[in-house]
Formats: sequence, C-alpha cells, structure tokens
Amino acid sequence: MIQFHNVTKRYAGGYEALTNVTLDLPAGGMAFLTGHSGAGKSTLLKIIALIEKPTRGQAILNHINLNTVPRWRIPFLRRNIGIIFQDHQLLFDRPVFDNVAMPLIIQGFRRQEILKRTRAALDKVGLLHKEKAMPITLSGGEQQRVGIARAVVHKPMLLLADEPTGNLDPVLSREIMQIFVDFHQVGVTVLVASHDLNLIEELQKPVLTLNRGAMIHNDLEKPGD
Amino acid sequence: MTEGLRQSQPGLFTRLRAWFSHHLQSLVFSLGKIYRSPLPTIMTVAVIAITLTLPAGFYLFLKNLERVSGDFRSSTQISLYLKLDTSDNDARALEISLKELVDIADTSFISREQALNEFKQNSGFGESIEQLDNNPLPHTIVVQPVHEIDPLRIKTLVSQLQADPRVDIAKLDTEWLERLYTIVDMARRSVIIISLLFSFAVLLTIGNTIRLDIQNRYQEIIVTKLIGATDAFIRRPFLYGGVWYGLLGGLLAWLLVEFSALMLSGPVARLNQLYRANFELVTFNFTDFMILLAASTLLGLAGSWLAVARHLNDIEPK
Repeated sequence: MIQFHNVTKRYAGGYEALTNVTLDLPAGGMAFLTGHSGAGKSTLLKIIALIEKPTRGQAILNHINLNTVPRWRIPFLRRNIGIIFQDHQLLFDRPVFDNVAMPLIIQGFRRQEILKRTRAALDKVGLLHKEKAMPITLSGGEQQRVGIARAVVHKPMLLLADEPTGNLDPVLSREIMQIFVDFHQVGVTVLVASHDLNLIEELQKPVLTLNRGAMIHNDLEKPGD
Repeated sequence: MTEGLRQSQPGLFTRLRAWFSHHLQSLVFSLGKIYRSPLPTIMTVAVIAITLTLPAGFYLFLKNLERVSGDFRSSTQISLYLKLDTSDNDARALEISLKELVDIADTSFISREQALNEFKQNSGFGESIEQLDNNPLPHTIVVQPVHEIDPLRIKTLVSQLQADPRVDIAKLDTEWLERLYTIVDMARRSVIIISLLFSFAVLLTIGNTIRLDIQNRYQEIIVTKLIGATDAFIRRPFLYGGVWYGLLGGLLAWLLVEFSALMLSGPVARLNQLYRANFELVTFNFTDFMILLAASTLLGLAGSWLAVARHLNDIEPK
C-alpha cells in the first residue's frame, strides 16, 4: 500500500526532515510510527497525504507515484485516505453530523446514503446520540472521536493518524487506539504516528521509529531484504 | 503503475446529479449566509448599488437628452425664399416637385401676399408697410425633412435646394443643432467612460468582499481540501456569493435611479407648463432593467472569480 524508497525531504532553508527513509506497509497492514517530536513523523504522513512532495527518492501509494501526481488528481487520491489530526480539525460552526458528513457531501453521495453512512460512522465511535450537538460542547475525547468518524465515513482504504491521542488521558487514549485496531481488523490499512510508547507496546503491532529524519527501527522490514 | 486507487465513489449519473445539487446547495448556502448576517451584506450591496447608480443615472440622463434632441431634429425646417420674380404658378409647381423628394416629409407654401398680411398683423409696422409701392416679401416654401434624416444629409439637401434657379436663399439654422448633437455625443462618451470606471469599482468592491470571506473561512477551506474537495467545489459558494452581491446591488441601484427620477418629475412638470411642452421623463424600460441586472450580476461573478483565483490557490494544507 505505502512504499518509500530512499525518501528524503528537505524544506526550503535546508532543514532535512527525512533522510533516506525506506518502508513498505502492505495493504491491510497496521503500523505505528514513533520518534521524538521533530523526528519527521508528521513529514512522513504529509508526504502520504499529498501535502508535501519528496525532495528525493520515491513515494508510492497503491501503485501511484506521489512524486509526479498532477495537482488536479490530488483531491481524488485524498478521498481514499482518512486523516486524523492531533487537534482533530473540526469545524465549530456546524453540528457534529454535518462535520462527519463532509467527505460524503464532497464526493456527491445521495441524501439517504449520507444519512445512513454518517449515522453508522457516529455509531462506530459511540457518538450517535451527539449528532445534533455542536463540537464545542463535546469533551476532548469526544471531539477526537468525531474526527475519527469523519475520517472513516467514506470507507477509505488507508487511515492516517497524527498523534491522535496527544491531548487525551491514558484511558481515552486506549479507547481511541482500540478503534484503529478495529478498523485494521476489517481490512483497512492503518498508520498511526504516536509517541505513547507504553500503549504501542501493549497493542503489539509493527513499529517504525524515526530519529532526526532517519529510520532507526523498522519492524516491517522482511529478513534478508 | 496506473491501476489507481479503489474508487469508493458513486457512479457517473449520481455524481452528475450531485454536481447539480451542490450548485443548488451553494446557491442556497450563499443566500442563507446573507440572511444570517444581513448587516455586512446590506452594506456591501449598498456600496455596489450607489456605485452603479451613477452610470445608470447618467445613462438615463443621456436617454432623455437624446429624446429631446430627437424632438428638435424632427422640428428642423428649411426655409426656401424664392426669387422675387418667381410667379405664383412657378412657385406652386416647385413646391409640388419638392414633395416628390425622398428626404422631404412635407412642405408648406406661404405666398408673398400671405406673408405680407401676416407681417402687417404681427410686426406692428402695419401702417408703414401700407406706404410701400410693392410687396418686398418673396414667396416662401417651408420644407420639413423626413424625421430620421442625419445632419449631413440635411446639408446636402440644403445645397441641392439652393441650386434650384427659382430659389434665392435656402436657409437652415444648423449651427445650434450641431452643437446640440456634439453635446449629446459627448454625453454618450462620458456615459461609456463613467460606466467602465464604476464597473471596475464594483469589481474591486466585490472582489475585496469575497477575499475577506475567503480569509474568514480559511480553516474550513483547509479541512475540505484535506478530505478531498476539488478546487471547483470550494470555489462554488464564493462565486455564488459574488453573484448575489451583484444581483442585489443591481436591483437596489435600479430602485435608487427610479426614486431619483420620481423626485425630478415635479420640476419637469413645471418646466413643461412654462414651455408649453410635453416633455416626459423616461426611466428604465424592461430591456434597460435586464441589462442593468445582467451587467451587475456578471460584475459580481467576475469580481468573486478574481478574488477566488488569486486567493484560493494560496490556501493549501501545511
């Protein structure tokens, strides 16, 4: 699903966020991306989400070379990805339901379909009873779960999460991570960036560790590669 | 390599319908935004309307001026003073032959005797004229050119008439008419220049309003881009917003102009009384009204398009 071959990302000004990163996350796989802040986790996710382009090396998402994707195709590729942000990026001017339904509206689903799928996604994160609430009235954990519902409502094949539990207490964090594991179990490819090492160890999934832009630990690497 | 990602998208027909329905949604949404925050919208619309009122009012002024000058044009007359030795029969024969000309709508004949009688009665010199041995006044033919004749052809007509051996003087007072036409032409060009300048002002006003609107919804644009919205999708509500500003501004401008015309109708009526004229103030007809609305709507669309093209692409997720 995701393949990086010696990917280097250098920002304007010379700062190198990623150095010769190679990884291969198969379809249906799940992995955690760890490392100190500033190690390059966000940059790696941004390259996959087509927010940044690699400076050198090749990044491939399901057979599509992300280095050469034309601008007009980017929205359509992003529709296959669900992105979850640390600060959840909800829109506070509209109720929970409208927030979650956004990807479906953008893709032009029918009304009944939007209703059905949005409710199903809210149900999955346990917030169906809050569909009419405004996001500002929800707790941090609930807001994050609305963010997850929005990321999965259109059934993407790949789920990217950037520090999804960064602002949450341990109990809530475990709940959120469990939701990701559930999606992985129904066939969605999941990549979660997190520095919550205890929680990651508990879940027993492959771990990728970045340090100052270099991959120093890679559970996905097959022996003999 | 190009197998692509699985398309979790609905079919073409559904997407086409979704496209229409999003257009409708954007239309309603942008209208709803106006409804929810009426004050800023009213202010923007008022600025646009006032800006449009000036060229629209000027246009109306020109339209009335053209009507007045048209009236003058139709009252243009050529007086033919025949030579004194022209006989009564010759003069009448000339008048009949003139009626045949295409450029001439009507003629009327004033004989020497008639002219003298009128002069006696009206001039107050009746007594002294009685003393004259013979009538010093010539036969006169008053020629009424056809209504839609242009100044150049009137001149040609005059020299043509002057060339007739029976005609002593063919007289047309064209100088003041030409001045009037020049003034009308100047006014016409001024309207064009003013319209262009003020259209540009409307364009900038709407462009700036939409730009602020884009900045206010910065976060929303970022999020919708991240979840796969195309540029066209994001653009749409802003473009409809511009269309509404333009349309409402045009409507208000029309109302303002009509209201101003109503304010002027009193003095115009008094002027008519004083001059025994029946000049009627014309306002916008249906075509003018539609042109005004279409122009203002198009300006709205163009203004928002400029803002969107310039600022929307700058907003990318980081």
